[in-house]
Amino acid sequence: MNLKKLALGALAAAVVATPMALSTPASAYEYTIPGLVYRTGPYAPNGIPFANGYADYFKLLNERDGGIGGVKLNVVECETGYNTKVGVECYENLKNEGDSGAMVFSPLSTGITYALIPKATEDEIPIFSMGYGRTSAADGTVFPWVFNFPTTYWSQATAFVKYVGAQEGGMENLKGKKIALVYHNSAYGKEPIKTLEVLAADLGFELMLLPVDHPGQEQKATWLQVRRAKPDWIFMWGWGVMNQVAIKEAASIKYPMDHFIGVWWSGSENDVLPAGDGANGYLAGTFHSPSNSLPVHDQIRDMLYANGNGAGEVDRVGEVLYNRGMLNAMFIAEGIKNAQAIHGTTELRGKHLRDGLEAMDITEARLAELGMGGFTPEVKVTCADHEGGGPVRIQQWNAADQKWEWASDWITPMSDVVRELVMADSAAYAAENNITPVDCN
Amino acid sequence: MFYRESGQFKSSYAKDQAIFPIRQDQIAIVLILAVAFLVVPWFVNDYWSKSVLQPFLVFSIAAIGLNILVGYCGQISLGTGGFMAVGAYASYKIMTSFPDMPIVLVIILSGFCAAGVGILFGLPSLRIKGFYLAVATLASQFFLIWMFNKVPWFHNYTMSQITVPPREFLGVTVTSSSAGPAAQYLFCLGFVVVGAWLAKNLVRGRTGRSWMAIRDMDIAAELIGIRPLQTKLLAFAISSFYIGISGALIFCVYLGTVEASEAFDINQSFLVLFMIIIGGLGSILGSFLGAGFMILMPIVLKNIMVGSFGMAAVTAKHIEISLMGVLIVFFLIVEPHGFARLWQILKEKLRLWPFPY
Repeated sequence: MNLKKLALGALAAAVVATPMALSTPASAYEYTIPGLVYRTGPYAPNGIPFANGYADYFKLLNERDGGIGGVKLNVVECETGYNTKVGVECYENLKNEGDSGAMVFSPLSTGITYALIPKATEDEIPIFSMGYGRTSAADGTVFPWVFNFPTTYWSQATAFVKYVGAQEGGMENLKGKKIALVYHNSAYGKEPIKTLEVLAADLGFELMLLPVDHPGQEQKATWLQVRRAKPDWIFMWGWGVMNQVAIKEAASIKYPMDHFIGVWWSGSENDVLPAGDGANGYLAGTFHSPSNSLPVHDQIRDMLYANGNGAGEVDRVGEVLYNRGMLNAMFIAEGIKNAQAIHGTTELRGKHLRDGLEAMDITEARLAELGMGGFTPEVKVTCADHEGGGPVRIQQWNAADQKWEWASDWITPMSDVVRELVMADSAAYAAENNITPVDCN
Repeated sequence: MFYRESGQFKSSYAKDQAIFPIRQDQIAIVLILAVAFLVVPWFVNDYWSKSVLQPFLVFSIAAIGLNILVGYCGQISLGTGGFMAVGAYASYKIMTSFPDMPIVLVIILSGFCAAGVGILFGLPSLRIKGFYLAVATLASQFFLIWMFNKVPWFHNYTMSQITVPPREFLGVTVTSSSAGPAAQYLFCLGFVVVGAWLAKNLVRGRTGRSWMAIRDMDIAAELIGIRPLQTKLLAFAISSFYIGISGALIFCVYLGTVEASEAFDINQSFLVLFMIIIGGLGSILGSFLGAGFMILMPIVLKNIMVGSFGMAAVTAKHIEISLMGVLIVFFLIVEPHGFARLWQILKEKLRLWPFPY
């Protein structure tokens, strides 16, 4: 009984202590930057480098520039484990954190992004789902609070087809070719299907759909189909362990790796290293450079890691997903800077940052100033276009040197095709949810 | 002392058959309901409503449903996530096909859809028993999720997740994100209270007794005239009805957007099963206690570790995962029959206190 009393007492104390724990003491004005990270769970190997890059960049701004406009950035991590329920809990927990409240949410999960879009719109907090989430959020008139620049899945799908067309010696040669899509069987993985179907009808190639169920450790059946059908090209929309397994399987059936293109979530070191030399020549889309020796990387190493202040391990600074987290942070920081200029104050909240994100205009000159020259293409966001129309570039894995190299130039997506699909999908969403589109003129 | 029933005489059949025969229980339940309906809505904010109360309420319904099947009728099921998905997708299809239908009716109809599917997957229970049945219902979990993912008709031919449109109940928006925290909380609470009340009455009536007879020994039950076909299928139907309602509420009210393979995967089936095992098999109260433990404990642990002790989010998560496991083992060692039994023991002790013999 004593044991029981103790347990019940502890439980009661815990319940009582919780509300007290939810308040934090006030100090100088800070921007609260929520980090919905997943350092645990099935996708942790990908979530960790992203979270580290994200956290490190904000830390660097605090160390190097004293924050943005003199206001420090406070990154508050919340562990989601890639789980929508937990993501919603994190959102509710963090949205009023600190003086500024949450400035912006970058959920790094399609499921959480979908769940947060209506909530954040209601609470006037922007969502910045960089290259993921709901593609039709590119229509800023229906989704004023959601941003998915520099580019989207649908644009990427068209860029892949363009790349394949170029390799085949012209788009007309795509006729009669067979392209397989190996995808994560979820809303995320199904994103490009519609776009590819439209293109298949337009250009006359055959599209073969090969779903892989979460988490994707078992793909023998899928690759048996590939071996039988012998597609000319394979696209992959994968995440986490599914990528490694797919690349290993492709290598084991001797599929030509330079005809196998992964989405930008299937193109990190984690994905290709397990397949060893077999992965040599594997292609992946991206919207930023795989370099780990930009000035900003050196600053991060010198100012953070040299003082034992980095979020991860120093030799993983500059990995693909680390860079992506850093890029995500850079866009947010630029958004805050824009918002400070627009509103003439440093005491910003999430709703002000929205204007800053919408005024995003990253030029090569600005990137060079930030120590990121050539890191990402120029991005210009407008009220109606939240995608920024960004180009996609193909990178190729060099297994001997263990690094990613450029395999193409920046490919401009087929904006006409994508835009049409975006407008149709956003119009359907607006009709279903009684949303009046914002007038951008 | 606290639970002394002496002097409470049951002078009529109605009193003897009352749902809460002891006065202390009656007072407690009235107080709890009064607080839940009249006090909490004034204080509830987004965080408490969305992260604490709504998941607790919707999973309580699911736990009651599964408890009917597993705890009362003795049929092990691992298909809970699938039946929840049926509820969620049914409500989406009904809502988008008949936009003018009242939301309460939508959710109840979704429950009936789930009940129908439950009967279908309950059919094997007539031949398959015990662990083998668990495997058969596991198949339903995988099949249903696969189906919702595969057949585009269920998500109206969009490639993406299903998202709930705004709907009103008594002139107040309860679904979608424009709904206030109190409205959503009260909406869920209404379903929980009515559902729990119905379930409590079902299990102590003729239906419940026949379920328990089947659970305790099906051959003996057959000999005394209980028809296993009807009884088992009824348990499957009613259990799935509750689970379907909970799935519909998860979709319409709590999350607002779901994807079958993520929101209703096999982990949900395990979660609800753990709830009733820890809460107490064959107890309505146990369903609530189990749901409370499994939903609230991680949040409490997280808030203590991150909020009070300033631990890094990831460290806290690792500790939380292991601590949850330890706590489950601890409570099951202390009381293998779950929290409901713990409460019963406590009640006995309170009855005798301060003079135990």
